[in-house]
Amino acid sequence: MIPFETFLEGTVRTATPLSFAALGETITERSGIINIGLEGAIIAGAFGGFVAAGTGHVWIGFAGAAAAGMFIAAIFAFFAIRLRTDQIIAGTAISLMSLGLTATLYRQLYGATGAALSIPTMGVVEIPGLVSIPLIGRALFAQPPITYLLYALIPVVWFWLYRTYSGLGLRAIGEDPRAAVAAGIPANRVQALAVLLGGMFGGIAGGTLVIAQAGSFAEGMSAGRGFIAIAIVVLGRWHPFGVAAAALVFGAASALQYLFQAMGWSLPYQLFLALPYVLTLLGLAGIAGKATAPASLGRWQDQT
Amino acid sequence: MPDLSLLADALVRATPLIIAGLAVAFAFRGGVFNIGAEGQLLVGATAGAAVSLWAGPALGRSVLIVALLSAALAGAAWAAVAAELRKRFGVLEIISTIMLNFIALHLVSFLVRGPLQEPTRIYPQTQSIADSARLPIILPNTRFHFGFIIAIVLACFFGWLFKTTAIGFRVRAIGAAPKAAWIAGKVDVKRTSYIVFLVSGALAGLAGGIEVSGVTYALYENLSPGYGYTAIAVALIAGLNPIGVIASGIFFAFLETGALALQRDFAIPSSAASVVEAVFVLAALAISSLRGRGIPGLTRPATR
Repeated sequence: MIPFETFLEGTVRTATPLSFAALGETITERSGIINIGLEGAIIAGAFGGFVAAGTGHVWIGFAGAAAAGMFIAAIFAFFAIRLRTDQIIAGTAISLMSLGLTATLYRQLYGATGAALSIPTMGVVEIPGLVSIPLIGRALFAQPPITYLLYALIPVVWFWLYRTYSGLGLRAIGEDPRAAVAAGIPANRVQALAVLLGGMFGGIAGGTLVIAQAGSFAEGMSAGRGFIAIAIVVLGRWHPFGVAAAALVFGAASALQYLFQAMGWSLPYQLFLALPYVLTLLGLAGIAGKATAPASLGRWQDQT
Repeated sequence: MPDLSLLADALVRATPLIIAGLAVAFAFRGGVFNIGAEGQLLVGATAGAAVSLWAGPALGRSVLIVALLSAALAGAAWAAVAAELRKRFGVLEIISTIMLNFIALHLVSFLVRGPLQEPTRIYPQTQSIADSARLPIILPNTRFHFGFIIAIVLACFFGWLFKTTAIGFRVRAIGAAPKAAWIAGKVDVKRTSYIVFLVSGALAGLAGGIEVSGVTYALYENLSPGYGYTAIAVALIAGLNPIGVIASGIFFAFLETGALALQRDFAIPSSAASVVEAVFVLAALAISSLRGRGIPGLTRPATR
């Protein structure tokens, strides 16, 4: 495979978990709730996916990942919606709790050394015909099936948010809670649903890391992806297609190392590890003033 | 005297927690959501170690003060990146400071394997700093060092600053009601919160410098077991009160050293401590929400 193809394939592979998480957070934020606990949902999903995939079935693994992500999101929903506490503080605490909890459970269940456990991994499935498109064919269509699920979900989420009545209701809450409530939309229930869906997508993102990529769990393996995903939502302007495109840009930045290796340039590997975070900062600075958040994002309790 | 050394260990651990806790409390009080104490602490530790090593022979005993000041400056400079991004481009500091935490982590990882590595080039750490660059030990035969005194003095100073000075009042005012502070108090909100950010970064950086000069005597990757993140819990449980930070810092230090002992004696993973910390924060959030008020002094950040 030519280096550029490897680079493109790495781009899609890195972008997949980021897209899942960012797509979920888009739904959550469109309802006016910012879930900083997304990082917690991802690491919980990674752990839940790891445990559930131990049954020997990858899709049971993904179900476990989704359930674990939703569980963390449910805790966040209780604080952010039922108690109307500060969303930022609750989300931060829940992220820290999930990172500690998964590390503790992992060490308790599998020993401090974390002996290499083998779980089934999701292999690559080539889509006949499409895979032979020059250059981008293999990158897009020689991926694990979970990536194809993502391809399907992006337009589905867009259709729901922009072309259905319930999607309109969800966005209305994010823009103007008082008007939405006056119009008879059950705000609490819709927001709880949005948070749970966001957690589910975050969980699947974590499951992807374990089941479709690493093949094992490691403490803290979410490595800030939840926070990067939140930045991706801003860069994608809270729109499913924009978010997917922004995730691809991040995937490309992370995959640059394959290209550089192929070119024979030797740069400190820490530079590549730090690159996604640097890019997040540059991207957020670059989009300043051009992106408009849902009007009531994160400040629900001030408005009702 | 095993008991005394355990107590000393807890107070040694409390030192960075108190100082970084002050950094977080000061920032939150001033309406700055600095989640980046961890990164600022690491950069401070790096600067402290580098200055101690380079200038140690030339400066003699005074290198200690120069090193600690450099640590504070480096922490402030790291915070300044996020402060600039917020001032110029409106980038959420919650995201930017977390990104800077990861960048700092990879920066340290690079430095201890590259330019700052010890001369034999075997271990990923710096050389040990000279005796003259080390903080004095207060209790002989323990690790209890002078940094704890610095932490207490700083906490008292910030307690006094908040309670009795105009500067402290201005900081609290921009945190509590930025519009009122600007209209009624003619407080330059942007400039003041910028300075708050830098002071917060300087404190966290100093915590890192003191850790190097007082405990580790060298820079290495896992220098901080997440002091900067625990500091958030320390500050919140203290109700963002500087004097309270002393108590909650010592409390969390006992919790963490206790967890390490539990791990040693009963094989309970020490990561359980971070779960307990997060649960404390969530409990505090729930209680204050049920009482119908937020954490005292804490206001929501502008989320866009």
